[in-house]
Amino acid sequence: MSLVEISGLNVQLGGNTVLHHVNLHINAGEIVTIVGPNGSGKSTLLRAIIGAVQPSSGTITRKPGLRLGYVPQKLHIDPTLPMTVRRFLDLPIRVSDATAEAALADAGAGALTGRQMSGLSGGQFQRVLLARALLSRPELLVLDEATQGLDQPGSAAFYQKIADVRDHLGCAVLMVSHELHVVMAASDRVICLNGHICCQGEPEHVASAPEYRALFGTGTGGALALYRHEHGHNHDHDHDHDHEAAE
Amino acid sequence: MTLLDDFLVRATLAGLGLVMAAAPLGCFVVWRRMAYFGDATAHAAILGVALALAFDTSVFGGVLVVSLLMAFTVSTLSNRGYAMDTLLGVMAHSALAFGLVAVSFLQGVRVDLMAYLFGDILAVGIADLAVIWGGAALVIALLWWRWSALLTATLNPDLAYAAGIDPRREQLVLTLALALVVAVAIKVVGVLLIAAMLIVPAATARPFAGTPERMALAATIIGAVSVIGGLQASLVWDSPTGPSIVCVAAILFVLSSAVRGLLGNSRG
Repeated sequence: MSLVEISGLNVQLGGNTVLHHVNLHINAGEIVTIVGPNGSGKSTLLRAIIGAVQPSSGTITRKPGLRLGYVPQKLHIDPTLPMTVRRFLDLPIRVSDATAEAALADAGAGALTGRQMSGLSGGQFQRVLLARALLSRPELLVLDEATQGLDQPGSAAFYQKIADVRDHLGCAVLMVSHELHVVMAASDRVICLNGHICCQGEPEHVASAPEYRALFGTGTGGALALYRHEHGHNHDHDHDHDHEAAE
Repeated sequence: MTLLDDFLVRATLAGLGLVMAAAPLGCFVVWRRMAYFGDATAHAAILGVALALAFDTSVFGGVLVVSLLMAFTVSTLSNRGYAMDTLLGVMAHSALAFGLVAVSFLQGVRVDLMAYLFGDILAVGIADLAVIWGGAALVIALLWWRWSALLTATLNPDLAYAAGIDPRREQLVLTLALALVVAVAIKVVGVLLIAAMLIVPAATARPFAGTPERMALAATIIGAVSVIGGLQASLVWDSPTGPSIVCVAAILFVLSSAVRGLLGNSRG
C-alpha cells in the first residue's frame, strides 16, 4: 500500500482556496518532487501531509504507524533560546549519543554535536535539520524547499546527500523545490502544482508537458535546457525564471 | 512552626516559591516573545481582585479566573492575525483601567490598592504561603510534564505537528501556567511587576547558558538571589520590597550584559 494516499483534497486558508481536488499517492522508496510557482500551494500540501493544516474536504490517509521525517523550509531559532546541536536532536524524544552521532554522520554533519545552532552556517543548519529528521528512521522524508539560502554548490551537495540517504535508508522522499535543474535530475516523479495538479509523471514527461511549459516558460526544452545552461552561471541566483529572462 | 513565625522567613519562602515557577516559565515567555502577553495577563489581575472583593470570594480565585480569561482571549486573537502589539496594548491597559475603576466602586471594603499593584510580601501569612507553593508546584509540574513538547512547539510549530504534537495545545499549557503564576505573584510583587519576575531573570541567564535547561536553572538561581537581595535591601533602606526585588534583578541583568560584552558575542 502507499505511504500516503490523498484523495479529493481541498484546503482553504483565510477564505481562499489554496488547493483544490488534489489526488496523490506516495509509494515506498520513491523520490517525488513538487514544483510550481509561488503561491501554488506547495508548502500547504506538505503541511497538510504532516498534519499542520486541516483539509476542508477530502482525505489524507497515512499508512498506520508511518514514520515521518520533516525538514522545514527555514527554521528561525530565536537568539534568546540557547540550543546545542546535540540538544536539538533530543527534541521531542531523547536519543542515545550513538544514535545522534549516526544521524549526524548520515546527514554529513558529523563534527557539529557541541555547536550552538545559532552559530551554524546555512548549509550546516540544513544538514542538522536533516539529521534530526533521520532520527526516527523515517519511511517518508518530507522536505520543504530545504536548500533555500544555500548557494548552488551547497544545494547540489545537499540534494546529493538526500539521494544517498534514500539509497541508504530506503525511505521515500517528498520534496518541494524551486531548483528545476536538480529536480529534473534527481526525481523519480515530478508533480507540477498550481492550486491543483497540472501534470505529473517522470521528469522528462513533465518537462515536455504543455501545462508545465505554460507555467515555467517554453524556453528550448524547459528545465533540461536550463540544467545544461546553468553550468556557465556561477553568480547568485534567486529562481530559474531569472535565467530564462536572461536567455 | 517557630521558624514560620518570622515574617522575614515567610517572605523569603514566598519569594522563592514564586521564583521556582516564574523563572522557567519566564524562559518560555522570552523565547516565544510573549513579554507583552505576560503584561496583559498580569494587568487583568487587578480586575480579578475587584471582582473577588465584590463577590467576597478568595482573591487568588478571582485573579486566577480573570487572568485565565484574559490569557485565553489574547491567545485566541493572536491566532487570527491581529497586530499583536497594538491589540495587547489595548487589552493590557484597558484591563488595568477597568480594574482600578471597579476597585473604586467597592464600598465598605477598605482596599489597599498599593498592596495589589506592588505586592505586600512582608504581610504573607501561612495560608498565603500554602497558596503560593501550591500554585508554584502546579506550574513546575505542568512545565516538567510538557517540557519536551513545549520546546519543540516553541522552536517551530510545523516540527511539532510532524512529531505528532499539537502546538495549540502546548500554547494552552503555557497560558494556564501564566495565569497561575500571575495569581501566585500578586501577593509577592504585585500586578505591575509580575512581568519583570518572568523576564528579567531569564534575560539575565541567557549569556551563561548553552542549553534551554541550563538557562531555566540559571534563571531560577538568579531569581532566588534577587528575592533574597531585594528583601535584605528593603530591610536596610526601608524601601518597598517588591520593587526592591525587581531592582536587584535589574542590576544583575546589567552585570550579566556587561559580562557578555566582555566575553564577546561568541555565544551569539
